[in-house]
Amino acid sequence: MRKVLIVGATSAIAEAVARLLAARGDFLYLVGRRAEMLEAIAADLRIRGAARVQTETLDINTIEHHAALLDHAAAALGGLDTVLVAHGTLSEQAACQQSVALTFQELHTNALSVIALLTLVANRFESQRAGTIVVISSVAGDRGRQSNYVYGTAKAAVSSFLSGLRQRLHQAGVRVLTIKPGFVDTPMTRDFAKNPLWAKPERVASDIVRAMEKGKDVVYTPGFWRPVMWIIKSIPERIFKSLSFL
Amino acid sequence: MTERAATLSWGRYPRTRQTLFRYHDRHATLPATEYPLLPYGNGRSYGDSCLNDGGVLLHTRGLDRFIAFDAVTGVMRCEAGVLLAEILALVVPQGWFLMVTPGTQFVTLGGAIANDVHGKNHHRAGTFGAHVRCFELLRSDGSRLRCSPTENTDWFAATVGGLGLTGLIVWAEIQLRRIANPWIASETIRFGGLDEFFAVSADSDDDYEYTVAWLDCASRGAALGRGLFMRGNHAPALCATQPRAPTGRLSVPFAPPCSLINSWSLKTFNTLYYHRQRTRITRAIAHYAPFFYPLDSLLAWNRIYGRHGFLQYQCAIPGAQGHAATRELLERIAHSGMGSFLAVLKIFGAIPAVGWLSFPRPGVTLALDFPNQGPATFRLLESLDAVVATAGGAVYPAKDARMSALRFREFFPQWPHFRAYIDPRFSSSFWRRVMEE
Ligand SMILES: Cc1cc2nc3c(=O)[nH]c(=O)nc-3n(C[C@H](O)[C@H](O)[C@H](O)COP(=O)(O)OP(=O)(O)OC[C@H]3O[C@@H](n4cnc5c(N)ncnc54)[C@H](O)[C@@H]3O)c2cc1C
Ligand SMILES: NC(=O)c1ccc[n+]([C@@H]2O[C@H](COP(=O)([O-])OP(=O)(O)OC[C@H]3O[C@@H](n4cnc5c(N)ncnc54)[C@H](OP(=O)(O)O)[C@@H]3O)[C@@H](O)[C@H]2O)c1
Repeated sequence: MRKVLIVGATSAIAEAVARLLAARGDFLYLVGRRAEMLEAIAADLRIRGAARVQTETLDINTIEHHAALLDHAAAALGGLDTVLVAHGTLSEQAACQQSVALTFQELHTNALSVIALLTLVANRFESQRAGTIVVISSVAGDRGRQSNYVYGTAKAAVSSFLSGLRQRLHQAGVRVLTIKPGFVDTPMTRDFAKNPLWAKPERVASDIVRAMEKGKDVVYTPGFWRPVMWIIKSIPERIFKSLSFL
Repeated sequence: MTERAATLSWGRYPRTRQTLFRYHDRHATLPATEYPLLPYGNGRSYGDSCLNDGGVLLHTRGLDRFIAFDAVTGVMRCEAGVLLAEILALVVPQGWFLMVTPGTQFVTLGGAIANDVHGKNHHRAGTFGAHVRCFELLRSDGSRLRCSPTENTDWFAATVGGLGLTGLIVWAEIQLRRIANPWIASETIRFGGLDEFFAVSADSDDDYEYTVAWLDCASRGAALGRGLFMRGNHAPALCATQPRAPTGRLSVPFAPPCSLINSWSLKTFNTLYYHRQRTRITRAIAHYAPFFYPLDSLLAWNRIYGRHGFLQYQCAIPGAQGHAATRELLERIAHSGMGSFLAVLKIFGAIPAVGWLSFPRPGVTLALDFPNQGPATFRLLESLDAVVATAGGAVYPAKDARMSALRFREFFPQWPHFRAYIDPRFSSSFWRRVMEE
């Protein structure tokens, strides 16, 4: 049974992952800002089979609380072997362009808070010489695009950070899994027009759990995003800059 | 809340457009908008009772969390968007089953309550609402009413079978029934006509929890009303055969331009189906899924009727009128040449439904579906309405897309009483249609 800390546990994708973990009888520690929602999810996961579920209400941007958070989670679950980082915000790009404060806030939530938390997690897992770190980044981090480059910048930072971390922790037997979802139909993307490229959170969740079991490094979900992003990444900047539809 | 979409009900008719508001958090309030609201479960109603043209649909599938389950008493509380299939997946391995289930497991708890659905055991267990212990109703004034047979009883009776018009059911608590295993001991009996159907039914209803008949309605004359009668009970603990749950599922990928169901395919299918059984009686131990939900194994089967969709017709006819009126209905259908692919006949029992607007009533119920062939189909269904009205029966709103305001008021004379409980900000395409002056 895994002992899993889930940050951003109220996210639609994280909740779908948690249900799959619950059905295996895992131990779960759920973190998010909405206390009522966390409690509702915890009760559901217990009924679905999770051996133990505890919650903590925390704004993950309060970095000074990260060390205590990890202690609480490890104490509640009797150890910690997996961390899933799933929180995120997607502010409108147009609004970010008009506000340095909002831009910094996006970078803080989507990148700095993740980097700060993983710094502590990495050291903990390195010294216990075991553990799995799973982080939801995004295809948006593969190349900056005018429609969401602030969010994309944060995700790019996270992906790069994870790549380095993976190399460093490889010797210690700690696994680092980068998840790059494409378009997923969740509250984050509520106002977007949907088309057949959009995936359900359940689909993304089953890809995530399979990748955890198989010990993968970087996973695109659904899988067709890997070739799509390969093409997008290989377009020369001189052409890319004039492609307004991308 | 800017997501606009053409949402279809199961009959793929009518076509409407509405704004979608997706619920995920059961503590959230109703959206602020000037347009009328209507809860939407899993869209398994056939007509327009789950549609709200020009308005807002409150999508409840995101309310899919279990809240409490007592594996000792079989009391289950969950959010209203949980599918019956999801409840069964959790509780069957723990020895529990639904008290009442409709013919598909892909309906939400909220939808099952709002239509006060019935199953093959209506003669034993009544409707779904009879096993609802309580629920929370969110009204547009922000109040959350806890309704049960003992609290806010008028709101309980208005909301069970209330077509989603009294407010949003946020969560509900139901009683489950004990089972020893997931199997059903079933029998299929061939019958040659309506008289025989009524006789077999009367004979079975005391000893069998589940009874229902499939009818060959492409046949006329002497063969009119022939069919297969199915009855069953939950299998005993020491069950000899232990069939597996069915796995593979097929899906109809798209709607063909015209219906694959026509008079030729109908006649062929019905004749083959009737004769597939060579002996008068066959017995089998079946897994509950194919027994209760034979159509669920073909996903999106509603597309076979093509782009124009289809119309379901389900009526109930009380008491002594049942026999003659059913014959009259079948004759009119056979005469029209627009026979139904799936015709189902069942005797409803005497347990009164909880909801003021609930459809089931003691008597016989007949359900059919017709490809939408335009005015001819509508004329046929109106002529069936006339037969039902004369016999003092009713047509099921969950399956209706066309009954007139006049007929609705004849079928549900209690509507003025119900109307006082409609939330001022709620409405539906169905309700606006049947309230037309
Ligand atoms: C193959 C098939 C077999 C069927 N067999 C049967 C049968 O045997 N017996 C039977 O009775 N019915 C049967 N039905 C009909 C079906 O059971 C009902 O229409 C059911 O109500 C559909 O539930 P839904 O969750 O899809 O709700 P929808 O169809 O989306 O909505 C149904 C109604 O419920 C309301 N509603 C939904 N959620 C809520 C909520 N949270 N709060 C308040 N109101 C809400 C809606 O406003 C609407 O009026 C069958 C349907 C199919 C497709
Ligand atoms: N949806 C997509 O198309 C898509 C695509 C690629 C990647 N992703 C990524 O997938 C992850 C999950 O997103 P989702 O799509 O499931 O969206 P979601 O349902 O909106 O979930 C995002 C969650 O992040 C949490 N969160 C935000 N700020 C927080 C903070 N400061 N502290 C703690 N929690 C915070 C929120 O929880 P509370 O409100 O409870 O605080 C919220 O439930 C995100 O990292 C997202 O960037 C999504």
